[in-house]
Amino acid sequence: MARKDVPPRWDRKMQQRLARGEAAALGETYDRFASLVHNLAHRVLGDEQAADAVTREVFAHIWEHPETYDPRQGPLRSWIAALTHRVAVQRLRDREEREQPRREELESTVRRASVAARADYIVHSMPAPLRAALDLAYFQRRDYRQTATDLGVTEEEARRRLRLGLQLLSTAHDAGTPPGYRGAV
Amino acid sequence: MTGTGGFEAHDGYDGYDGKESGGERPYGEAGSGGWGSDGGPGEPAGTGRGGRGGGSGDLPRGAGGRGPAPAPRIPTPRASVEDSGLPLPDLADLGDLAPVPLDLSHDVLKSLLGAWALAACSAAETAAVEEHLGGCGSCADEARRLREAVGLLHQPESLDLDPGLRTRVLESCLSRRPPRIPVPAWAAPYDAETARLDALLQDFGDAEWHAPVRLRWFEEDAPTSRRTTVAGVIAHLLSVDGIIATALGLQDPLAEVAGAAEPDARGPAGRTEAFWRASHFPPTRAVRGPWREQSHSLVRTVSFTGSHAGGLAVSYGDFALPLHDAMLDRAFECWVHAEDIADAVDYPYEPPAPRHLNRMIDLAARLLPTALAERRRAGLSAPGRQTPHLVPAGAPGRSLRLEIEGAAGGEWLIPLDSPAAVGSADLEVAHVALDGVEFCRLAAGHVPPAEAAAGQLGDREAIQDVLFAVASLSRM
Repeated sequence: MARKDVPPRWDRKMQQRLARGEAAALGETYDRFASLVHNLAHRVLGDEQAADAVTREVFAHIWEHPETYDPRQGPLRSWIAALTHRVAVQRLRDREEREQPRREELESTVRRASVAARADYIVHSMPAPLRAALDLAYFQRRDYRQTATDLGVTEEEARRRLRLGLQLLSTAHDAGTPPGYRGAV
Repeated sequence: MTGTGGFEAHDGYDGYDGKESGGERPYGEAGSGGWGSDGGPGEPAGTGRGGRGGGSGDLPRGAGGRGPAPAPRIPTPRASVEDSGLPLPDLADLGDLAPVPLDLSHDVLKSLLGAWALAACSAAETAAVEEHLGGCGSCADEARRLREAVGLLHQPESLDLDPGLRTRVLESCLSRRPPRIPVPAWAAPYDAETARLDALLQDFGDAEWHAPVRLRWFEEDAPTSRRTTVAGVIAHLLSVDGIIATALGLQDPLAEVAGAAEPDARGPAGRTEAFWRASHFPPTRAVRGPWREQSHSLVRTVSFTGSHAGGLAVSYGDFALPLHDAMLDRAFECWVHAEDIADAVDYPYEPPAPRHLNRMIDLAARLLPTALAERRRAGLSAPGRQTPHLVPAGAPGRSLRLEIEGAAGGEWLIPLDSPAAVGSADLEVAHVALDGVEFCRLAAGHVPPAEAAAGQLGDREAIQDVLFAVASLSRM
């Protein structure tokens, strides 16, 4: 959430560097996205070791098949989130098939993970001023007046941004395809 | 101090005062002004965070939660404004004292819903909103949606990603598809250590970024220290890593800094001081981006220049190191300062992976003969009572066996009388055994030589001389 907006150019360059076989690019990709991948996997699978395994699998896919990412379809971040979601859900279904749990429990876990993935996408693609306001009010625990001062806007505008930001974020609860990236993974 | 309006939170070289010097004096006590007037790392004075009773607990006045508190490191619990003794900031907050509901229009109440859901309005406004929700269905629906949305901001699992996972994931990737442009083995420790430090910084709030840190090292056999903050340490790493960036033809982070071109600003300390001086404000979290970007470019650039550039000389001002050693040196410094930072925010931090630690120890062992010679030149050590025989270059000389214990360990024969001599088991006069991490703390100037837990056998003078020489490898 605290990250600056990353221009799509970064995504394209990173894809080229990965395709070229640059180990340093793999490290940079990991540094930027590992916590996203691990969090999403953890939400789906609820256990550390399984999340580690998904992280390994996701980065192996990124490293071995960087060409399957299409920058025109959306940001690299969304592609990685979608990929993670797919790998994690697959692993969950495999596990649950062995363990025969209640079907609705499985579906609700998957649904919660999809919402989380959409929320991540929304937070990272909403207009920067909205994100900055949410960042101050939520993560830095500023009240809206302090938020207004920090951002150099009126109190009314700070209230508007906080409300609009949360309204956008709340759409993550609406059903739909999992996160922003529509292309086939 | 200059008193010219530049930021002055770094006071002078203020004597080493023992191993536990970290936080025994209130930060900013030296009267240097700057931002040291914070009430401590917890709560910057004067901001009076609006009444948000008790840390990460319940959201708007019991109206739902932000979820369970994350790991204790972040965020620090805040006192509610009522308890802080600070003046209440605003007329609107008079409601805190006299709970008369505010008379606000429907539009204003609606506009407050976001701030309300985030627990970011005054107590009086909160009360007014909640009263309104009882009678207005559309606002109540929206309020519920927005509050659920707040729950989505919460990502507690992001706090702790196992630092060892990076190595495991990358290694498994690289074994499945060998890289065409690998990261040279001598740059791997730097890559790993910068990533570890970056992960530590990930969730720091302002309190952590401005937490006081004391940098410690040895100068002329005496402990020295310098105060800064977590952000100041990152600025230090950025400035000194810039030495390698410059050697590789990348942009110098000090390019725009006044005074950085002065001769005395060429070494690590000079560059850091110049960088600190040039900031009108104390370094903030904003320094993380440039530092990380530079460390990524260094790794990338040395991967491309490959092994043949490993010998390129990198000048530190008074001395130079070949590029591959300079990268190891920076990895070592990154770890040492990461530990300083972790100490400052009371968070555990592990030593580097054994094979990386081993390379760092090897670098220190290789630098020792020169450090010994410098001590002799500076008159800090008497040439051995035994004839200080000049040893012809490449010939075996009097040696000390340095035995490092632990997974990162090994043995090194340190020639004592000349950097040009070759260590010799036959001419061994002393034997020192130390744990790998303890050795590194000594080399970082964090443990005084007299207190280093070292097993010793043989020529005591030679041993003391070597231990002091190890400490002399430290610098700001």
